[in-house]
This record gives sequence, structure tokens and C-alpha cells, in this order.
Amino acid sequence: MTDVATLWSYLSTTPLIWLTTTIIGYLIADGVARRLGNPPWANPVLLSVLLIAPVLWLTRTNYATYFEGAQFIHFLLGPATVALALPLWDNRDTIRTSIAPIVLALLAGSIVAAGSAILLARAFGLPVDILLSLAPKSTTAPVALGISEAIGGIPALTAVLVIMTGIIGAVTVTPLMNLLRITDWRARGFAVGVAAHGIGTARAFQVNPVAGAYAGIAMALNALLTSLIVPLLVRWLI
Amino acid sequence: MLQTLGLLLGCQLLGEVTVRGFGLPVPGPVLGLTLLVLLLAAMPRLAEQLRPTTTVILANLSFLFVPAGVGVIGNLGVLSDDGVALLAILTLSTVLSMLAAVGTFIGVRRATERWAA
Repeated sequence: MTDVATLWSYLSTTPLIWLTTTIIGYLIADGVARRLGNPPWANPVLLSVLLIAPVLWLTRTNYATYFEGAQFIHFLLGPATVALALPLWDNRDTIRTSIAPIVLALLAGSIVAAGSAILLARAFGLPVDILLSLAPKSTTAPVALGISEAIGGIPALTAVLVIMTGIIGAVTVTPLMNLLRITDWRARGFAVGVAAHGIGTARAFQVNPVAGAYAGIAMALNALLTSLIVPLLVRWLI
Repeated sequence: MLQTLGLLLGCQLLGEVTVRGFGLPVPGPVLGLTLLVLLLAAMPRLAEQLRPTTTVILANLSFLFVPAGVGVIGNLGVLSDDGVALLAILTLSTVLSMLAAVGTFIGVRRATERWAA
């Protein structure tokens, strides 16, 4: 029988172990969240991260090694974004009648997302490079990183801020909308899609399919709009 | 399932190639999404073929963000001394953005409904 060290040196060189760990971590997190009735604070992304990060720490595994396994999951974000076409198609009739609310809510949500981040960071007295890294935080990661780099931010910081924004939006959207007694699933979904990109959209799908469809539209449109307005807002507000 | 996956990846690939080719400020998958909507408009029957696999993918959308989420924990050092301020800014800004979007959506919807009636 091989000893534990030999076995570990084999396992740590294959993507298998971290791919499996990610799936098991998520299944546990999602199972717990479902059993609790999917309360907003039991966000499956957050719970999974809290389960997996200590395992990496205990095994002294660095992120690059973890990602060799986890990249297969990460890769699926692309086709999953394309898959949002189906809920969009399913809701085409209501979308066609709400073009005006969609366009104006997109403009308002997107401008406030970037503008308030810049102004709040100034109020907190944060340095300019951090402020620039914050500005594109509400849009999907690949776009946000591109913008951050183009305007002189720190892409690595933006990457962290984008994911944190997604989780914050996913956790706060349900209590916020319930507090305001908003019952229109289109408006609820759209708001979280603009403010909290894909992670917010994932939450919307967890709650209601119409909310999910509208969150998907908002996320896709905001990917386009943010890259146009952030450079302008930065020029005006800094 | 394989046909659906092939179609999704095909749309993404065409999206990526177009974005890179023309230097567009959109992510390839978003252009791929648009392309698939156009395909669905041309062939509405496609929707039912795509549905089983697409439903599974979208029901587990959170799962796909776990690798990036784990990356945040390992990279929290980039927040340095500003962690608390950044958390406060992100929370406030995200809530403000949702308020602006939801308020505008409902306000404009009511106004256009009144106008249409």
C-alpha cells in the first residue's frame, strides 16, 4: 500500500481533486441553503467559498493549483451567459412592452452604480487608483477588468471588488425589495442584474424565473453600457 | 445535451471572434447571447430542444461563480487597510444602484401604462 505522502503527491498534481472538492463544496452549500428555504444570507456562492477556502488553507494549496481543477467550472460561465438567451426568448412578449422601463432603468442603475462608488470612495478619502478600480464593479468580471485596466485602476483589486459586489447584491436584494413592497418580478430581477451582474442573476433565478430572465437582460445590457459610461463618469467625478 | 452545448459554445466562439476581430467593448459571450436570440427568432422550434440543458445550467448558475469566489479569499490582501471602507462603499453603492433601477423601472412602467390607457 502506498503511503499518504505518495498518494497526496499524486493527487495534488491532478485537476481531479480540486474539481471534485468544488462540486462537493457547492453541493453541501446548496443543500444547506435549500433546506433553510434559500434565505438571502445563505448565499450558495458565499457558503461554498467558506467551505472550500479552509480546505485549501489546511492543505497549503495555492490558488493557481486549485484553479487547475476549478477552471473547468469557471470556463462554463461563457456558455451559461449564452444560455440566458432562452429565458430572454421565453419572455419576449413582456420585454417588448417594457422597452422604455428597461432602457431608463438600465441608465439609472448603471450610472448610480459607478457614480456612487466613485463619490463614496472620494468621501472616504481613498486613493485614486482604488477609486478607479471600484468604478466598474457592477458589471460582469471580464468587462470590469478591461475597463479597470483602461482607466488606470488595479485589475486584481477590481476582480475582488466585482465578486464582492455580486455577493452583496445577491444577499441584499430580497430583503430590500420586500421592505419596499416591490412585487413586480421584472423590476426586482432587473435591479439586481444591473447592480450585481451574474451572481445577482443567479440569485434572481433561485427566487423566480421571470426575475431571472430580467436580471439576465440587465446584466448583458450593463456589460455594454458600463464600458461606455465609466470612462465619462471618471472624467467628470475625479 | 451535446447538441445544446455545441450550439452554446458555437455562439460564444462566434461572439468572441467578432469581438476580437472588430475590437468591440462587449464580452464575447454577451454577443453570443444576442446571436442565439436571433437564431431562436429564426427557428422558434429550437427553444424546446435547448430547454432541458439550458434549464440545468441556469438553475446552477451560482456553482459557476465558486472558483472566482474562492479566488477572492486568497486575494483579500489587495484590499490592504481599506477593507472596511471598501465593504461599506460596495454595500451602499449596490443598494443605491438597485434603488435607482427598481424606482425607474416601476415609475416608467406606470407612466407608459397610463399613457397607453
